[in-house]
Amino acid sequence: MAIISTAGLTRTFSTKAGPVEAVRGIDLTVERGEILGFLGPNGAGKTTTLRMLTTLLAPTGGAATVAGHDLLRDPAGVRRRIGYVAQSGGVDPQVSVREELVTQGRLYRLPRAEAAARAEELARDLSLTDLMDRTCAALSGGQRRRLDIAMGLTHRPEVLFLDEPTTGLDPGSRADLWDLVRRLRDEYGTTVFLTTHYLDEADALSDRLVVVDKGRVAAEGTPSALKLRYGGSIDATLQDTFLAITGRTPAPVDTTPVAV
Amino acid sequence: MSAFLSDTALLFGRYARQTLRSKFQMLFGALMPLLYLVFFGPLLTGLPLGTQGDSWQVLVPGLLLQLGLFGALFAGFSVIIEQQSGVLERMRAAPVSRLALLLGRVLRDAALFVFQAVLVVLAATALGLRAPLAGVLIGFAFVGVLTTALASLSYALALKVSRPHDFGPLINGLSMPSMLLSGLMLPMALAPGWLDALSHLMPFRYVVDAMRAGYVGDYTGTAMLYGVLMSAALVAAAVTVGTRVFRRAGA
Repeated sequence: MAIISTAGLTRTFSTKAGPVEAVRGIDLTVERGEILGFLGPNGAGKTTTLRMLTTLLAPTGGAATVAGHDLLRDPAGVRRRIGYVAQSGGVDPQVSVREELVTQGRLYRLPRAEAAARAEELARDLSLTDLMDRTCAALSGGQRRRLDIAMGLTHRPEVLFLDEPTTGLDPGSRADLWDLVRRLRDEYGTTVFLTTHYLDEADALSDRLVVVDKGRVAAEGTPSALKLRYGGSIDATLQDTFLAITGRTPAPVDTTPVAV
Repeated sequence: MSAFLSDTALLFGRYARQTLRSKFQMLFGALMPLLYLVFFGPLLTGLPLGTQGDSWQVLVPGLLLQLGLFGALFAGFSVIIEQQSGVLERMRAAPVSRLALLLGRVLRDAALFVFQAVLVVLAATALGLRAPLAGVLIGFAFVGVLTTALASLSYALALKVSRPHDFGPLINGLSMPSMLLSGLMLPMALAPGWLDALSHLMPFRYVVDAMRAGYVGDYTGTAMLYGVLMSAALVAAAVTVGTRVFRRAGA
């Protein structure tokens, strides 16, 4: 049973220069417990789609159900069941790690004592225990990112949305974060919807990829299926596959006709 | 309803702690009205101001509203910072009442300005202000309601404009005419007919007149009635607009 399904999800921005169609009708489904990689060139509509699915931006057309709640009719129901970690994070540099985690728990309606206990538990899970009394400004990039993710996990969401979670991290921190995402799915069955520009990340982490381009779904499937179909061989790099899908370079010359 | 109240209390607590950490923020806002009291107040002592009461009873209500006007209209800067750091978006993704997102912030601002108003009144009393206690307390209520309205409006504008270098000039452009046309510094009773007529189009004028009426013990006149009605209308409109913007912010 799909935990996310959208039909014709559309967002048009009106600007002085005329309407801009950022998302032109996205149809996709995500299964429960899946790690979905959401890829696309800059400006393809990834973040706009993510902001619609997390109730931050109202669609101008189409419909969607997220975690059993209708996006348009019951945004509060969606908010209770999803976690969202924005690209820029979202903690106040002046506030301590503990205060941010406890307040976040309270924002998701945990009673005071439970919010404090949950903060300790998350800190243990994400190796933040020794940092609890520091201000957020005093954290390194990798520590900040772990805190951002801890904030998104406070209420044990069914679906976790991650917007470019490893941008700016060193290789060690990236590998740790990949392990964390896999662990979330394996231990808690959390569905993870992540956008990324790193194709190795998408390849290593995702069960399935959705590639968007110019506001529409350009291709979807498992990494190997996409490589076979668009890259010409299962051994093709995801880089070449991606470029072939988005038409940024000519498709590789191949004798086999593309099966549709 | 109880969820809305606990959301509001939670956010109010978060922002109140931020303010309490910054002694600078708490005291600096009261500095400008204090300077006016000490360096401008004595000039008015012997002047015929065309109103009831002595010069302090005219000046102090005006200074309190000036404090609220300039302070609360700039409150929106903090939410621009929160928008840039992603804090606002994180809160909007949580199942928190949108009205609480606004009120938690705005009530902190109102509490801060009432606190500063108390400081100003204490200093003014030392300099010679004599006014009935009930009138002074009514004055604090006006400061609280007006700053709630103005801070809501400021957050709404800040999220619409969203760039600090546009927001600053916009607020300056709003606050200067508001101050001049409402007779904050000197009562409009001194104004020529056209200026007096123009000032009746400025909502704050009614609030200033009502506060001055309170400071001379006139609680049942039309000035007080108009002031209460205008404050209620302002705060209802501003909170409605502010909540709507928090619902859609950053689109």
